[in-house]
Amino acid sequence: MSHKPRLAVFKFASCDGCQLSLVALEDELLALAERIDVAYFLEASSRVEPGPYDVALVEGSITTPEDAQRIRQIRRDSRFLVTIGACATAGGIQALRNWADSAEFLRAVYASPEYIHSLATSTPISSHVPVDFELRGCPINKQQLLEVLVSLLGGRRPRTPVHSVCLQCKRRGTVCVTVAQGIPCLGPVTHDGCGAICPSYNRGCYGCYGPCEQPNLESLSDQCQVIGVSRETLVRSLRNSFNGYAPEFRAESDRLAGEEQ
Amino acid sequence: MSEERTIRVEALTRVEGEGALHIRLHNGNIEDVRLSIYEPPRLFEALLRGRALEDVPDITARICGICPVAYQMSSVHALEAALGVQVMGDLRALRRLLYCGEWIESHALHVHMLHVPDFLGYESALALAKDHPDEVNRGLRLKKHGNQLLDVLGGRAVHPINVAVGGFYRLPRKEELTRLIPDFEWGLQAAIDAARWVAGFDFPRFDEAYDFVAVSHPDEYAMCEGPIRTSDGMVIDADQFEKHFREQQVPHSTALQAVRVDTGQTYLLGPLSRMNLNREQLLPAARRLADDLNLEHPCRNIFKSIIARSIEIVQAYEEALTILRDYRPAGVPRIKYEYRQGEGAAATEAPRGLLYHRYGVDAQGLVTEANIVPPTSQNQSQIESDLRNYLPALLNRSDDEVAGACERLVRSYDPCISCATHFLKVSMDRGS
Repeated sequence: MSHKPRLAVFKFASCDGCQLSLVALEDELLALAERIDVAYFLEASSRVEPGPYDVALVEGSITTPEDAQRIRQIRRDSRFLVTIGACATAGGIQALRNWADSAEFLRAVYASPEYIHSLATSTPISSHVPVDFELRGCPINKQQLLEVLVSLLGGRRPRTPVHSVCLQCKRRGTVCVTVAQGIPCLGPVTHDGCGAICPSYNRGCYGCYGPCEQPNLESLSDQCQVIGVSRETLVRSLRNSFNGYAPEFRAESDRLAGEEQ
Repeated sequence: MSEERTIRVEALTRVEGEGALHIRLHNGNIEDVRLSIYEPPRLFEALLRGRALEDVPDITARICGICPVAYQMSSVHALEAALGVQVMGDLRALRRLLYCGEWIESHALHVHMLHVPDFLGYESALALAKDHPDEVNRGLRLKKHGNQLLDVLGGRAVHPINVAVGGFYRLPRKEELTRLIPDFEWGLQAAIDAARWVAGFDFPRFDEAYDFVAVSHPDEYAMCEGPIRTSDGMVIDADQFEKHFREQQVPHSTALQAVRVDTGQTYLLGPLSRMNLNREQLLPAARRLADDLNLEHPCRNIFKSIIARSIEIVQAYEEALTILRDYRPAGVPRIKYEYRQGEGAAATEAPRGLLYHRYGVDAQGLVTEANIVPPTSQNQSQIESDLRNYLPALLNRSDDEVAGACERLVRSYDPCISCATHFLKVSMDRGS
């Protein structure tokens, strides 16, 4: 009998929502468990097996000195390392501290900040170790997670789209919320994967899948200002996008913030 | 001769988030019981300052991937209190419907995927499925219904996008909701069957004089609103929460302990508290089921939380079906409000217990202050107290057995450590 691939799921600073997507594959979960050996998944199983692992799914960003060490060991133990979600691929919403006085942030939350060993920044996994595949989204799309697992079982690279949310709206036939209603939308610069949900609910995309390939952010900023969105609001929207620290979004929010001063 | 004994669970499993358990005994006396949290802090209360109030429900959802709706509901109600507006009628019913989706999804996940394996002696639901495929598949189907409801009404199951201050971004179309009715009719019966199955398990003996605390409402099984009630008869409005409940530092622990201000005692949140305080408000099928299962009133055995949780799944199906059948889209998706400087607080019932939020906002619609008190950080000191009372009966067992029994007790709380951690004032301890 051939060897079943060994899967491990690891958590860093995050909300659990992305690893939960694995358990949310209600129709496929039991069949998957027949073909994959779930060797390390604390949230779902009391069986805890040591590495090496064939596939590691890594959720969350690096925010403590201990975690910066732990991810190195996980890299050594894992043949194929996949980051799942915006925290692991771009630092997550907690990366807002990267623009702030992080010591002041700690004081604002904790009565005794000296007990908390936290780094000044929240950074993606790829800032610390090489990553083999990044699955985008806050949260990830469980069908894309299934594609990752099935493709790895089949020995091929996962196929996930790289186009923008804007394109997906056209495919769905959703009327453009910016053109028709003047609602600001990050859809033209945001990676698809959600299926363009927000515009179909009558609101602008807020960027939770991060930048698409070659996003034209300056053009989007100009267009937003034409429809009356202030620079301040734009900076906030890019940084609130749950992917604010992704290089393309970061560069544009820093550029706009610089112009403001 | 003195004997030291240390029992550790380095990584709690089948709980949300990452924590550890340390127990130290000296000559058979319990010296220290500590539920340690080593989740890294994400500092939400700090990063919320300066954000537009419209962005708050999107941001607070990210505190927890298992109960994002709870965070969104406490946020929008607190912000609406600050703005002096109240969401009523159909919009209020739709918010209850959304919360039903989360209760079904979160409770079914905990009961069937995380907790049932404890009672039947398995390491996971995946292992359990080999011997009990029908029961596991039934649990997965219940969980899926909760997610489908969140998908339709919230836009997606994890971190829904349709919740707005004042209501929703878009009202669901009639057929989007009616399409769910056949599944929910099946689910109501399946949830009743599942609760009967669960109630037949063997439960460890445990009886604790808890102080039960929950949101309560005279006309309905409370979810989104109502005064906060305690089992000794205190009734307060949510905006009085911080006067009556506080986190205090104790000498033997770096963790702040949540206690009642007047009694100085710990208190219990979650399904057992709700069931004990609000049993009269259950809908007919859920109430009949609670009586049929002979669930004590009040029930003071934390291990039976799984029964209360299973009855609440039935309650959520019953309530959801009523709202799904009655729904007629009409009116605006959200009510209008004007920015004003102010402060507002709210408490709603997250699947694992009372979740309190308070916000200050300014006249430009920006957040000036945020305070969030999640259920698991309030239950933490009650969990430690329970372990101290449970341990004496276990001491003649092996370390592994004691650790396993204690871990089961912790799991009965359905602790959500990833949300608790950002507010728990504990030192990080990897148990090394």
